[in-house]
Amino acid sequence: MKLQQLSLFLENRPGQLGAPLEAIAAEGINILTLSLADTAQFGILRLIVREWEQAKQIFEQGGWVVKQTEVVAVDVLDRPGGLASALAVLEAAELNIEYMYAFSLRRDDKAILIFRFEDPDRAIEVLLENGLHVVETEELMRHVG
Amino acid sequence: MHKELWNDAAGGFHPASAPDYLPEQALREVQLRRLRAVVDHAYNNVALFRARMEARDLTPDSIQSLADIAKLPFTVKADLRDTYPSGLFAVPMGDVVRLHASSGTTGKPIVVAYTREDIQVWSEVMARALACYGLHRGDILQNAFGYGLFTGGLGVHYGAETLGATVVPISGGNTDRQLMVIRDFGVSALCCTPSYFAHMLERADELGIDIRASSLRVGVFGAEPWSNAMRHRVEELAGIRAYDVYGLSEIVGPGVASECTEQHGLHLFEDHFYPEIIDPETGEPLPDGEEGELVITTLSKRAMPMIRYRTRDITAIIPERCACGRTLRRMRRIERRSDDMFIIRGVNVFPSQVEAALLAVEGTLPHYQIILTRSGGLDQITVEVEVTAEVFSDKVRALEDVRARLAQSIERILGIRVILRLVEPRTIERSQGKAKRVIDRRHD
Repeated sequence: MKLQQLSLFLENRPGQLGAPLEAIAAEGINILTLSLADTAQFGILRLIVREWEQAKQIFEQGGWVVKQTEVVAVDVLDRPGGLASALAVLEAAELNIEYMYAFSLRRDDKAILIFRFEDPDRAIEVLLENGLHVVETEELMRHVG
Repeated sequence: MHKELWNDAAGGFHPASAPDYLPEQALREVQLRRLRAVVDHAYNNVALFRARMEARDLTPDSIQSLADIAKLPFTVKADLRDTYPSGLFAVPMGDVVRLHASSGTTGKPIVVAYTREDIQVWSEVMARALACYGLHRGDILQNAFGYGLFTGGLGVHYGAETLGATVVPISGGNTDRQLMVIRDFGVSALCCTPSYFAHMLERADELGIDIRASSLRVGVFGAEPWSNAMRHRVEELAGIRAYDVYGLSEIVGPGVASECTEQHGLHLFEDHFYPEIIDPETGEPLPDGEEGELVITTLSKRAMPMIRYRTRDITAIIPERCACGRTLRRMRRIERRSDDMFIIRGVNVFPSQVEAALLAVEGTLPHYQIILTRSGGLDQITVEVEVTAEVFSDKVRALEDVRARLAQSIERILGIRVILRLVEPRTIERSQGKAKRVIDRRHD
């Protein structure tokens, strides 16, 4: 139920983002989704790819610092209040969200929410109990691909 | 002869190490005899030295006791530069069998010379240094000090051969090959600068090589100051004992002093290198135990005797006898060179202090650089630290926290604000010799 997310440390200066993306593109790895968190000084690139093990190796060999973490994807209807309803469930269960990002899928009229929880297993339990749909990697592939 | 004394895999005793255990009285006698001889030699063959002696109404006969050494003039690095290349040589060139030179970061290098006997003494003291780490015949020593004009490579090489160990003269560089050789040759001891070893560990990690699982058990590190915190870190990461070797080209090269397995101070091979600690401001000798600048007189060098050479290294003689049984006095590890010191906003700072502060924060490897800048008339210190897999987090807050902890750790020690910048791995230039820790852009 959990997705493998790769995070890379990047210095916050022009041109830093391109190189790692080119490195995996050269190996034919497609990015399902990504987000970039940044401060004035550094950035953290988080991305989800199907071939995460291969991508991790490419990044490490390229000299980047990479971290692999488990995140949870939930899909909601792409309409006003879609995200709020999911958040309400998490709030009621007092689940702490470390960070999240989202993207919408025009074709399916859905939005995918990616959550980083301190305790992903417990979060999945809560989400399922409340009738939310937790998206698996293969499913995400179908949506995006 | 004395074959039974030779070091072997059983851990015997190498005859070269015998002077390490001289009774104190005998050692002082040897020192005084050699001191008088070397002063006489320098007086008669080095014009600069003779002129300085005469200016003080001194002759070689003025030296009647070891304490009389304080009457003699100091020699400083500028003397070697001013007389470049051979003005301090004390023998005809026909008797010189080797020249080395220091890397001159500014202008001309300094040149040092050796007679055949000088090379023998150097080989002997370096063999004694290696024996101090428990190395012996049967050990395989990978010498990653640079071979060439730098004294490190050949100095260790000759010492290891004198000891009877097997030398792999790989020199510096080509880190992947270094790692391959450690594994394939069954290397038990490695010699290089501590910053280069840190780089080797980093590369090993990238390649998925576990140095702990290799046959390597001893690291011999020198040619730049390194902190005790860094020692503990590399010992833990590599599963080795890390030892300090001390030397400087002006005196002989590596082998002037070395730690023993006690890891508590460096034994000075004082039967050949007479140590003094002086107050760097006044030049007055200080008693054992007090911190000051190390001054060395070479007691047996023929080609280029150095009388009271000011090393610029800050240390203290440890008065107590070492548990290892050697009678040679020890000096504290040199974590500070007065040459490396920089002054920022009136505060004296040594790079090793910054290094220790970084290492105090769990999980950081010491790839760092200090950059000094001036903006609006005010000096600023920026410390760049490479992010490692251990400290990296996908959470901004966690990474900011690491940054803040590193900055605070340095600020606690220096008492001034620092700008701490996390940088990507391998963005700080790697040195295969001495690391360049400080970049001063204040006068650009």
